[in-house]
Amino acid sequence: MFRKLHESDRGPVTIEIDGEIVPAEPGESVAAVIMRASAPWARLTPNTGSKRAPYCMMGVCFDCLAEVDGQSSVQTCLVSVRPGMRISRQAGKRRI
Amino acid sequence: MAAAVEARRHNLDVMVIDEQATPGGQIWRSVEMTRRRDEVLGPTYSEGRNAAELFRACGANYRPNAQIWQLEPGFRALFTSEGQVGMVEASKLLLATGAQERPAPFPGWTLPGVLTVGAAQILLKNAGEIPADPVWIAGSGPLPLLYAVQLLRAGGQIAGYLDTTPKARWREALVHLPAALKAPGDLLKGLGWTSMLRRRVRVIRDVCSIEAVGEHRITKLRYRSGSGPEVAVPAGLLLVHEGVVPSIHPALSMDCTLKWSAAQDCFVPVLDAWGESSVDGLFIAGDGAGIAGARAAQCRGTLAGIRAASKLGRLDSTSAERVAVPSRRRLARELAIRPFLDALFRPRAEVYAPADRTVICRCEEVTAGAIRAAASVGRPGPNQVKAATRAGMGPCQGRQCGYTVTRILAAMQDRSPEDVGFFHIRPPLKPVTLGELATGIGCATDDRQEGEFRSNDSHVIE
Repeated sequence: MFRKLHESDRGPVTIEIDGEIVPAEPGESVAAVIMRASAPWARLTPNTGSKRAPYCMMGVCFDCLAEVDGQSSVQTCLVSVRPGMRISRQAGKRRI
Repeated sequence: MAAAVEARRHNLDVMVIDEQATPGGQIWRSVEMTRRRDEVLGPTYSEGRNAAELFRACGANYRPNAQIWQLEPGFRALFTSEGQVGMVEASKLLLATGAQERPAPFPGWTLPGVLTVGAAQILLKNAGEIPADPVWIAGSGPLPLLYAVQLLRAGGQIAGYLDTTPKARWREALVHLPAALKAPGDLLKGLGWTSMLRRRVRVIRDVCSIEAVGEHRITKLRYRSGSGPEVAVPAGLLLVHEGVVPSIHPALSMDCTLKWSAAQDCFVPVLDAWGESSVDGLFIAGDGAGIAGARAAQCRGTLAGIRAASKLGRLDSTSAERVAVPSRRRLARELAIRPFLDALFRPRAEVYAPADRTVICRCEEVTAGAIRAAASVGRPGPNQVKAATRAGMGPCQGRQCGYTVTRILAAMQDRSPEDVGFFHIRPPLKPVTLGELATGIGCATDDRQEGEFRSNDSHVIE
């Protein structure tokens, strides 16, 4: 859906989104990487199971919630990528 | 940032709690990260780098990646950072929580592939990322014009620009033009953006309704311009924007007095000339004090920093007045263009009157029709409607539906939005897990005595 203007100038890293290895740049948000993934969405809503993707990118809509390194309901627009991060799209409510 | 710099100048002990990873707020987001995007983003963006440098060097205790979820009188702030709960006490509190884009629900606005223009600009600033294919932009205000220009500069393509500014707004704005001419630079910049857009992009004016269509993501866009017929076009990505409103949740949770701003169609905190709210010692600066932009935010931050220092006895009131003069002058200059912009980009009436089938609460998926049904029983306020429908109860805590609920009730009950009011905002301001809470056990007693949690003169949240 989105594309990078240029290659990373701080060394490329990769993160994993539901098993897909995606190149990322240190400093960018996880949600920004999701927007370049082959399936650019983050979660299914708890009520109707409809697909949602990052909408506001600034922490006020909560539609970018996903599981990051095992923790559910993380606002991926507020988390910067770290090498080897594992992201899972979230189906419905958070797992406890 | 400006408030912290000013407070440190008077040797106050300052902690800054920032939800983001690096300084800059929304307008100067990620400004420290790369200079490669300077040409695309323009000089107003890169001037933030200087502000960030001053801030980094000022000696404030900077806590990035931290989310405040509770504020208490006196003051005490509870926050989460890297999975741990933290607490800080301070005698002065400054809220610099900025603005968010005005929620403007329409059918299909929850589909993947529909984002705000601000979100797309953040992707450009933070990740150097632009839409892969020609994008539709629909909205009104300086931000979509600026983003469109930045996108073209970056080599992106715009499928079409749906200008939702009603025709009559130009006439309404004209009376404010003389005052705006005091800031000719900003006006010329705006005219430059408009003319570049006209030359290079298909602009459709007076658009009064939009709808995103698709099953798992947007595939089609429907719109209507003026009294014309409905038009449908293929669309893979739609960016929307209907202005910005102050982020008022933290101020509401502290019971600060707010008033309705008819000019900006939103609630704004009641503040004195220093930015101090109705709560003694609680200041609000930046767009959270009323929409005015980054430069005005710096002036307001400096003024709040001066006053905080003065109240803590670091400089007498005569010196404070003297030191404040340049910031007051600059602030007046920055505010000169606002009445013109507010009048020109006042949202169309349709923004506040979504069709019954439109989802207005994104979290709990409540439609406008459900709100109207709940509102037709008796004469409920926003909190009763929240209890009856769950609108505003999800993780965003009404940040995306609060104004729509208020406006729907106001229309149905023939009351003003001010009279209807807003959801009652309670902690947690942001979700916090039990696991995170458990890390803070003992926080309020033992640790404080051991001096782990510092008591600060002043405490700033960005």
